[in-house]
Amino acid sequence: MIRSLSSSERQLGIALSVALALLGLVMLGAAKVGPMAVHGAMAIAVGVALLFALGGGLAEPEPRGDRLARYYDEPTRFGIVMTMIWAVFAMAVGVWVAALLYWPEATPLWPWTSFGRLRPVHTSGIIFGFGGNALIATSFHVVQRTSRARLADSVTPWVVLIGFNLFCLWAVSGYLMGSTQSKEYAEAEWYADLWLVVVWVVYFVLYMRTLARRNEPHIYVANWYYLAFILVVAMLHIVNNLALPVSLAGAKSFTIWAGVQDAMVQWWYGHNAVAFFLTAGFLAMLYYFLPVRSGRPIWSYRLSILSFWGIVFFYVWVGSHHLHYTALPYWVQTLGMTFSVMLLVPSWAAAGNAIATLNGAWHKVRDDATLRFMFVAAVFYGLSTFEGSFLAIRPVNSLSHYTDWTVGHVHSGTLGWVAMIIFGAIYTLAPQLSGRETMAWPRAIEWHFWLAVTGTLVYVVALWNAGITQGLMWRTYDASGALSYSFLQSVMAMAPYYLLRTIGGALFLAGAVICALNTWATMRSARAGAEAHDRPLLPGPALPEPAE
Amino acid sequence: MLRLHYNLEKISMGLVAAIIVAASIGGIVEIAPLFTVDETVTIPDDMRPHTPLELAGREIFMREGCYACHSQMIRTLADEIDRYGPYSLPSESAYDHPMLWGSKRTGPDLARVGGKYSDPWHVAHLIDPRAVVPASIMPAYPWLMEPLDTGNLGAELATLARLGVPYTEEMATNAAADALAQGNPDSDGAADVATRYGEKVAIRAFDGDPARLTEMDALVAYLQSLGTLTDVAFETEEVKVPEEAP
Ligand code: HEC
Ligand code: HEM
Repeated sequence: MIRSLSSSERQLGIALSVALALLGLVMLGAAKVGPMAVHGAMAIAVGVALLFALGGGLAEPEPRGDRLARYYDEPTRFGIVMTMIWAVFAMAVGVWVAALLYWPEATPLWPWTSFGRLRPVHTSGIIFGFGGNALIATSFHVVQRTSRARLADSVTPWVVLIGFNLFCLWAVSGYLMGSTQSKEYAEAEWYADLWLVVVWVVYFVLYMRTLARRNEPHIYVANWYYLAFILVVAMLHIVNNLALPVSLAGAKSFTIWAGVQDAMVQWWYGHNAVAFFLTAGFLAMLYYFLPVRSGRPIWSYRLSILSFWGIVFFYVWVGSHHLHYTALPYWVQTLGMTFSVMLLVPSWAAAGNAIATLNGAWHKVRDDATLRFMFVAAVFYGLSTFEGSFLAIRPVNSLSHYTDWTVGHVHSGTLGWVAMIIFGAIYTLAPQLSGRETMAWPRAIEWHFWLAVTGTLVYVVALWNAGITQGLMWRTYDASGALSYSFLQSVMAMAPYYLLRTIGGALFLAGAVICALNTWATMRSARAGAEAHDRPLLPGPALPEPAE
Repeated sequence: MLRLHYNLEKISMGLVAAIIVAASIGGIVEIAPLFTVDETVTIPDDMRPHTPLELAGREIFMREGCYACHSQMIRTLADEIDRYGPYSLPSESAYDHPMLWGSKRTGPDLARVGGKYSDPWHVAHLIDPRAVVPASIMPAYPWLMEPLDTGNLGAELATLARLGVPYTEEMATNAAADALAQGNPDSDGAADVATRYGEKVAIRAFDGDPARLTEMDALVAYLQSLGTLTDVAFETEEVKVPEEAP
């Protein structure tokens, strides 16, 4: 990082590190005890560590004079490393909480190891830590290549990445200490939320400034998706997290939303976190890395437009399908259901477009495990969106809601689609950024692929069975008109499925560990001249465009 | 159309504006009407907010992530009404910041668990679920016997009051004392709790020991209050009252 910065940029970095440490000091001083104080101490630690690193690096030689005529890939490399660290950590937590449902006595008697505290560590760690870092890292790569322009400056990418990871760290360590807003995927407390807003604005501005420097007249479709991801996530995050802190010197706050209104806002957020965090951003990855890897252009430009606007417009309506038969007004439930079904059209347009792109490159899919990851991702994307539209239909939802079917559906999307496309992107990027033709251990990709596919199938099939069994047991009446099963009987019926799910998850985790080691080995054996195969950058500021 | 889009792709701010517009419509249509929730959801006359002790229990419920396994939202389905009681009404969570409707039932719904079991049952169950229900997969919470920290309750009530929950200034000033008194029926303050929050509020040594106020007191007080803040759900005519569980 430091070698790639000029000395004035290093000084700016030092100033920012001091500011971060001071912010931490204020938090620590104000709160004195509790989660906010611990988080203040973490900010101080990060600030001081950066200060030492940058201060020590002041004497290092200036970077190569022609650096502005090259792409800036250091942040992407760092982002990939963080992606893999969060992947292994958060998936391990996932396997552990899965095991606890089969074997509850295994919980050590420390509060922070309890299921209820670890579950959000898994969800936030995996969505934000693993998914978020992958999105930011690839977006930096993609926006530069498709714009033929270097990132607008060299300091803000680091602000985004380090700031974002600090947010993730605050979030998960807060849950362990019992600090939570209890809103799913938005559990982090108010100051962490404010911090994320700052980081996100910096990210957006950097993205726009880089686009403004582009040397291509058109903004490539992957960038539309990244933009939708950045913009809509900001909108959702701010509205859902509006809260009144009990005191500025403590972590506790109360959301301004109450009751039904809170439920609607929460699931408008919750489902669009799926849509714009876990889908739009990853479609961006798909639309860039799939054509690059297969060497074929996106099959249909029209279909890309249709699916993009369809997804952006329809998704926002569907959150209320999480609230069927509840105290939410009926018409809002109906709207949510209707739009959920219509959403299938743009979703399948996107998935179909990706699969059709592979037409003529099927031999590559057969031979290249990396491309196969992307293909499987597109297939699971199609399957999960179909299942999602189906589950949103009111009578189906009456059976599936509250059961493990939902969790199975979530993981068919996250394991089969989100994680697979990330792995595909990493296996494409890591060698490229290291100046290599291939990963350090090409055969290991094949192993990873089969572990991932097997793990996903075992996980998802086990939970389909679990969920449908549960749903049916809860609603079955006997001949005398009484409920046939006690709740406890339905709990006992879950045991084999929970065991299977743990095994499936462990296989998936094993694959992710292989990926992490492989990436590490690849990056360590980086060769000089990494830019050799890259798309040439057109140096200099963007030419003025008559169209604008 | 294509031509239009072709040009839009050249203008980054144009794309940004179009995305914001397209993504806002759905949210506005669905959420904005709920801002009139004050008019559409009538708060029942007998509805009370949580007492300070119950509120502290609610925060422990959130802290421990009980909501990850327990919903508090009975849907309008026959089997749910038979299993858990009358379906949940919007007014019942009108004071809840945040709502705890939940999304997963690894354990049963708790919306009407208040009064279903005795206090000692809850205490024993929370300390070691498998001692009470051998096949349970619920985690054990032995650390709940720690003393309850009531220092922040006054400020919390005041904050909730600012958000529209009907806590008076008097309630906020006396929050810590009321929490202590609710867990000790023989204390002087016990009568004040009843005056401030209503005669139906349970004033007991929830964890069995009136001498100390523990997190267990708070959590059990909260669990016992669930579904009892108003009787409106039982009064609505078309609601079926559940038969006694066998
Ligand atoms: C891993 C999921 C899980 C978590 C977390 C969990 N529970 Fe449970 N809970 C269960 C299961 C399963 C049952 C049914 C078996 C039993 O009665 O123990 C249950 C039963 C209950 C019951 C009895 C409900 C009835 O109607 O019979 C109560 C009350 C309860 N839990 C309260 C809590 C509280 C309070 C917390 C948090 C401190 C909590 N639970 C956390 C899974 C969980
Ligand atoms: C190693 C593989 C994984 C395992 C073993 C695993 C396990 C689990 C478990 C046990 C739960 C809690 C379910 C419950 O409460 O009953 C869960 C929830 C969740 N996981 Fe995973 N997980 C894995 C990978 C992932 C990945 C890669 C993602 C996202 C990219 C993800 C996203 C989620 C989400 C969003 C939830 C919440 C689901 C809901 O509320 O319905 N998981 N996971």
